[in-house]
Amino acid sequence: MSIRQTALEAYREALPVVALSAVGGLFAGVVLGGMEAELAAVPGLLLLVPALLATRGNVYGSLGARLASALHQGLIDPRFDFADRRTRAAVAAAIANGVLVSCFAATAGFALLSALGRDHATLATLLGIALIAGTVSGILLTIAVVVVVFLGYRRGLNPDTLAGPVVTTTGDVVGIATMLAAARIVLVLGGG
Amino acid sequence: MARWTVREILADMLPVLVVLTLVELGSGLVLDTLQETLLQYPSLLVLVPVTIGMAGNLGAIMASRLSTATHLGLLSFEPTDETLAGNAIATVALAATLFPVVGASAWAVQSVVGQTALPVATVVFVATLCGGILAVLSVVVSVAATYVAFRVGADPDDVVLPVVTNTCDVLGVLVLFAVVRLFV
Repeated sequence: MSIRQTALEAYREALPVVALSAVGGLFAGVVLGGMEAELAAVPGLLLLVPALLATRGNVYGSLGARLASALHQGLIDPRFDFADRRTRAAVAAAIANGVLVSCFAATAGFALLSALGRDHATLATLLGIALIAGTVSGILLTIAVVVVVFLGYRRGLNPDTLAGPVVTTTGDVVGIATMLAAARIVLVLGGG
Repeated sequence: MARWTVREILADMLPVLVVLTLVELGSGLVLDTLQETLLQYPSLLVLVPVTIGMAGNLGAIMASRLSTATHLGLLSFEPTDETLAGNAIATVALAATLFPVVGASAWAVQSVVGQTALPVATVVFVATLCGGILAVLSVVVSVAATYVAFRVGADPDDVVLPVVTNTCDVLGVLVLFAVVRLFV
């Protein structure tokens, strides 16, 4: 194959996936653009955005890859069953990872801003937002990943190629939307 | 062989996740520095997740193609290599097609749901310039990471992807910061 052919083929193959994730990213951006009030009310929240989004991608992308490999290897049945030991462990570990790392990000972010003497909300506020957003987005993304991987596999699609784009498109939207909801809840409860 | 208890999965993943979180907090710090400008011009705020995400995606696609080619023994790490040059051109072309549309859409959506303080041309310019720079950087990062993994004998599938995705995330924020500071 010539360079030109390789380039054309790579372009055609990647365009739909990248375009789809651009649409997901734009939706996430619109929610973030509407969060001016919360971002101003909770200084330090914007600092957490990249860490929280990356955590969603890393944790639930890995859950998708793990379930996909297990389906291929016949380690788990193609019918979702929460009684299955391996499925349950993978899901529980993903949610635990997501929540723990979100809370770590909030604590480390708080420490970083305090050390630099920058404006920041209280540790309780940032932790509360990370905890609520981490838990709710974990449940939603687990459902998305499990449904797509299992349904896709039963329909004869390769779950390895499905899980990635699903997590990159839904992860950002769900990540930002749950952060907004969590910030509102914590602000109503008197944080700031 | 994947390990299948909650404790084992946590033990495998948590250390990596903690390190990646610290790296991402670095780019969060850049956003925090830029907060005033971003709140003043919400159409730039709309660009944040999509810029981060697209940079990571372009890098991930390029890296996974290079990894596969390395496994198959089809990659020579020379500028004339078909896989290398073809995918590099495709990455830049993808960015050149998608980022202007992303910029225009960000402006359009923001003008529907809120108010925009910047002209559409500025937002399209910022998105396109960011996209072009990020495409070149994601090519460099994915080639470098695959090359290092190849030389030290690590499986590029395991190491290269998380390194490239998270590096490109951070670069996404840094490039957006530089472009906004210089041109807005």
